Amino acid sequence: MLKIKRVPTVVSNYQKDEASDASVGCGRNCLGACCLNGARLPLYSCKKLVTSGEKVVVNNEAREPPVAFLESLVLGEWEDRFQRGLFRYDVTACETKVIPGKYGFVAQLNEGRHLKKRPTEFRVDKVLQSFDGSKFNFTKVGQEELLFQFEDGEDGEAQFFPCMPLDADNSPSVVAINVSPIEYGHVLLIPRVLDCLPQRIDHKSLLLALHMASEAANPYFRLGYNSLGAFATINHLHFQAYYLAMPFPLEKASSKKMITTENSVQISELLNYPVRGLLFEGGNSMQDLSDTVSDACVCLQNNNIPFNILISDCGRQIFLMPQCYAEKQALGEVSPEVLETQVNPAVWEISGHMVLKRKEDYERATEEEAWRLLAEASLSEERFMEVNALIFEAIGCSNQEEELEGTNQQNTNISVNQTSNRSHGSASECLVLQ
Amino acid sequence: MSITQSPASLFTAATEEKEGTFNNARCHSLWIREALDELPHSFTITDPFISGHPIVFASPGFLKMTGYSREEVIGRNGRAFQGPKTNRRSIMEIREAIREERPVQVSLLNYRKSGSPFWMLFHMIPVFGSDDGRVIHFVAVQVPISGQKLRNGSVSDVSGLSEMVLGSCRREVCLGSYVHQEERALPVECDEQELENWEHCEASESEKLKSAEAVSNVLATLTRYSEFAGRLVCGKRNCLRGSDYCLSSSLVISLGRIKHSFVLTNPCLPDMPIVYASDAFLTLTGYKRHEVLGQNCRFLSGVDTDSSVLYEMKECILKGKPCTVQILNYSNRKDKSTFWNLLHISPVRNASGKTAYFVGVQMEASCRDTESKDLRPETRQLSVVGAVRVAVRSSFMVTC
Repeated sequence: MLKIKRVPTVVSNYQKDEASDASVGCGRNCLGACCLNGARLPLYSCKKLVTSGEKVVVNNEAREPPVAFLESLVLGEWEDRFQRGLFRYDVTACETKVIPGKYGFVAQLNEGRHLKKRPTEFRVDKVLQSFDGSKFNFTKVGQEELLFQFEDGEDGEAQFFPCMPLDADNSPSVVAINVSPIEYGHVLLIPRVLDCLPQRIDHKSLLLALHMASEAANPYFRLGYNSLGAFATINHLHFQAYYLAMPFPLEKASSKKMITTENSVQISELLNYPVRGLLFEGGNSMQDLSDTVSDACVCLQNNNIPFNILISDCGRQIFLMPQCYAEKQALGEVSPEVLETQVNPAVWEISGHMVLKRKEDYERATEEEAWRLLAEASLSEERFMEVNALIFEAIGCSNQEEELEGTNQQNTNISVNQTSNRSHGSASECLVLQ
Repeated sequence: MSITQSPASLFTAATEEKEGTFNNARCHSLWIREALDELPHSFTITDPFISGHPIVFASPGFLKMTGYSREEVIGRNGRAFQGPKTNRRSIMEIREAIREERPVQVSLLNYRKSGSPFWMLFHMIPVFGSDDGRVIHFVAVQVPISGQKLRNGSVSDVSGLSEMVLGSCRREVCLGSYVHQEERALPVECDEQELENWEHCEASESEKLKSAEAVSNVLATLTRYSEFAGRLVCGKRNCLRGSDYCLSSSLVISLGRIKHSFVLTNPCLPDMPIVYASDAFLTLTGYKRHEVLGQNCRFLSGVDTDSSVLYEMKECILKGKPCTVQILNYSNRKDKSTFWNLLHISPVRNASGKTAYFVGVQMEASCRDTESKDLRPETRQLSVVGAVRVAVRSSFMVTC
């Protein structure tokens, strides 16, 4: 059994040390059966999934698109909690800068995010673990930490209900604040919160997350996911999201097209980035894209490979990064300098946003150091290719990596079906150049 | 530099001008348009200080290339010409170049009015005001990429060809060396459906030269005519970025997305002047932008405004705390009416972590009874504060 010790991030004001979490009595206005009755929250219902052809919102706006309704809802409710003092610190008072260099890693000096408490033990060798009701989970948050309910709607248009009861029979999904925000607007999306799902990707939940990215209609609002073993703090299914009005280094990395699936999802390999990963985009519909990524995640989960997901560009791009930092840490294989920063490479760090707790780390932060830290999390080239093979098999494609240097190869035995405008036959793909 | 001047657009619409300078500016604006109309290139000029960052000038070459009329183009944002198959990465590159106020050159798939796609080399530069170093406009040149194939067989060295035209078919890999071409006869222009499937379309050296030449010509024209208008522009920022009175164009673009009445004031400047006012604020109060920029907000108060409320506001500002007050304001609308303003004020920090501005969000009290399907008015007000926080915090993190 592999374990590491770390201080978990406090995402809720009701989260306590794992060890001392006794059966707390109520009156805390939580989501348990004790308090649920009569609970009301605004409800945002997404517009119904469109079918192929209209996949993602083509921007027909004549102008720079205005702040979308969902964005107003998130920001307005967040600012309300901000002014009510529900966060552990004012994140906008934390100095932040872009590290000079080609990629533009973002560093933040945040001494208050990490508690000076005794570290907790996390098991890092099992990506799939059962939900444990005795530990902290999101049914124990106070209702004031919830901003609104969020669901996949049935209507052609998005709908908003300012005050809707929380009905356990409807299996509501909620958006909550993260009381230790990385940036302004940092929230948690908790699919079907009352169903107490463990932290693992399933098709329905990933699609819900994609919907949120799409409805927010702001490329600077991304959603992220950490599997167990990849620095998820809480074993209760949740995604995170926040606003950062600039590109993540991960989003700037170049990529090389590998294959296109039957439903037109394009899968590329990241190039020139410290963490090896895959980029999923396209698809005949958002559902197709979502399902392909879910299939890949389920495969990783079943093979006990920790991973992180970044949902970017309003849900049009999904980055999938398998990682092994925690395992390395447990085996004592991480370099001491990197360990000293106490930065855990979860999805935001891997995307290029680093929160540093020590001033000296912040002052002398360089692109090389950020690179070095993230490189520790990456799978090796050989391992990454093994994992890719597993993934491609799981999503029903044979590995069609093309030879691109020098010659064209006519590859006629393509098992990926294309609606063909490829009448001249060759399947070689272009590099996407940066 | 006068802080009461509106941003020095070379295409200032008549309504933005002060009385008296009306005719002058109109003339200059016309002259510039006439001179630009004479240029053969396809290009557009945008104004980041107008909400939505719209096109304010489109050359005849652009209209011909895209099939739109002038009326259909002016006022639209450049992304109106993109479509579902336009490469997302290229779109991001352009967005970031705008945000960082720097040039960019990228191949891009655009769509004509007819809906047909075409590839072009998109080359955009910022245009700076000479006196204050602010970005006043962005000039974007479009050079169609022809799609001509390389005629002969393999070429191993780029330098061997003086005027070569790169094929733009997907098979060719542009890594500094050229791939051996299949000895097939491909059509000179692949059919349009193919165009949409191309990941990338590299421009030839001659096409890149064309775009540089066009940019240079447009900039020279703007510089020459701006001199006549008394507002010099140039292609490089020649002094320290702006002053504290002037917001960067990228911040202004971000703030322009917020469709609500609000102002930003700068507490570090004498008498805490307004440095940004939204269009909705101008509509609500009946003032023009140049009348409010640089002024303290007190011009909205009048005889019957409760001075204890003013005192309360002042206290909150000094303490750096948010507050909401109900205050009687005096508008400059035709009827010179007063209105009850539910005003929310809050300090806003930038990336340094220190307070850079105060935001004031106005809500006319009579508008409070909105439909139940909307956000609560209080939430709506706070959402403005939130959006401003995100914009201000990020705008100072621009990479140099």
